[in-house]
Amino acid sequence: MLRIENLSKDFGGLRAVDHCSFEVPAGTIFGLIGPNGSGKSTIFNLVTGFLLPTEGEIYFKGERITGWPPYAIVRKGIARTFQLVRVFRNMTVMENMLMGPKHQAGENFVAGVLNLPAVRRQERENVKKARELLAIMGLERFENEYAGNLSYAEQKLVEIARALMTDPDFLMLDEPASGINPTLVENILQHIRRLRDEHGKTILLVEHDMNVVMNLCDWIVVLNYGQKICEGTPETVSCDPRVIDAYLGV
Amino acid sequence: MEIAVHLLVLITIYGILAISLNLMVGMAGLFNLGLAAFYGIGAYTSAILSRNFGVPVGLSLLAGVALSALIGFIIGLPTVKLVGDYLAVVTMGLGEITRAVFKNWVPVTRGPMGLPGIPHMSLFGFKLDTAPLFLAFSFVMIAISFIFVERIRLSPFGRVLRGVREDEMGAQALGKNTYWYKMIALVVGSGLAGLAGGLFAHYMSFIDPSSFVMWLTFFIFLAIMMGGLGNNLGAVVATGVLMVLREGLRFAGLPPAVAAPLQQLIFGILLIIMTIFAPRGLIPEQKPRYD
Repeated sequence: MLRIENLSKDFGGLRAVDHCSFEVPAGTIFGLIGPNGSGKSTIFNLVTGFLLPTEGEIYFKGERITGWPPYAIVRKGIARTFQLVRVFRNMTVMENMLMGPKHQAGENFVAGVLNLPAVRRQERENVKKARELLAIMGLERFENEYAGNLSYAEQKLVEIARALMTDPDFLMLDEPASGINPTLVENILQHIRRLRDEHGKTILLVEHDMNVVMNLCDWIVVLNYGQKICEGTPETVSCDPRVIDAYLGV
Repeated sequence: MEIAVHLLVLITIYGILAISLNLMVGMAGLFNLGLAAFYGIGAYTSAILSRNFGVPVGLSLLAGVALSALIGFIIGLPTVKLVGDYLAVVTMGLGEITRAVFKNWVPVTRGPMGLPGIPHMSLFGFKLDTAPLFLAFSFVMIAISFIFVERIRLSPFGRVLRGVREDEMGAQALGKNTYWYKMIALVVGSGLAGLAGGLFAHYMSFIDPSSFVMWLTFFIFLAIMMGGLGNNLGAVVATGVLMVLREGLRFAGLPPAVAAPLQQLIFGILLIIMTIFAPRGLIPEQKPRYD
């Protein structure tokens, strides 16, 4: 589904990602782990078009997407969340959710101003879908609350739900479990599994919580100083001495 | 009575400017300090076409709107990518350049001497040459502008504009081509400012560069900040309140040398107070409800 070939990114004299290659097969939950500063979020930004690579190529569904603008990449079917949440603070949770769906007729200036029947119908469908997702995330009571008034964890959940509203084929989650209580984490994990099992979605996950990574991921890539040092199943990776040395510790 | 009607006409014209700026700043987050430029382009275009070339006033007014929108588009092409302070600096420069053009392009604008004898507004051969008649027309214009921008605000398009204002990167991550959303907001806002300028020219029958100074942009900024960024009704009401305050100072019996600077001092202080204590205005943006 996603293929990264020989990807590198320099920030001035600092090489954040160093000739990194891996492939995420369709229908898997794929983990990207490594110490802080190992290049995980940079890879997220490269794949989603927020950064241009210094070298290398990115392919999605067989098509080269290197250098595409972020909006075009999302329309192709990739959605993401951010390590530091980026909710629209002075908009309600429902408005945040309704920013998600692609190809909204009402986002066209003329159709939106005229409020055509197709716009109203699509809006009703999107509101219904948003309410279902908010219920899954336990956020339904915040529908009319400004997103900026929610706690950090709740904002994180809004961001995940909002990304799901884009109906992505490929979902990239940057530390989805950080700062969220264990019960809710379990809810999110179940939902992520369902996305894979029932909807055939592919998920790329950055996470420091090893319980989450080991329980959820089918395949893991480990980064250190921007380089891939190991990849394999959770069992293989957790026993690899290079990973233990660089990241997991004893 | 005459003064009250005159004041109401000016409130409707400046109210359109406030709606225009609210679309650009309050909804889209485009920090446009060049509002007076688009207002002036609309005024001069409509005035010159009708006065010098005999173009019917309705058509010249539309031409003013179109040229303001076009200049907005041209300025927007390289600058809409700029954020916050940078866009403010560029548009402030545009405001000053435009005023310099009005002042120095003497063969066309008559420079500091201004353009006298601008034809009055007329509709289907019916001349709107008295203040009450013009007030009826300008009231219809502000009502149309208000409804138009409210429709934008309540549409999914307007929602994306607010998303861009809140976090452009977040909006891009949801598949929105933020460049064009901002561009449309700038073009529509510039066109509305041009409409206000055209109305002003045909109401006053005389314009000169002193009507299109940076101070006007700050005045409208103050109005939308008081009324509530993103709240069109609040912006128009605040424009009315500030206009009454401004004109009221003229009747306070102060010598002109004191009244004018005092007026600017009061508005300057109000702007500082609003920025510090209520940056999103006295009446905040309304939450949309979804049933």
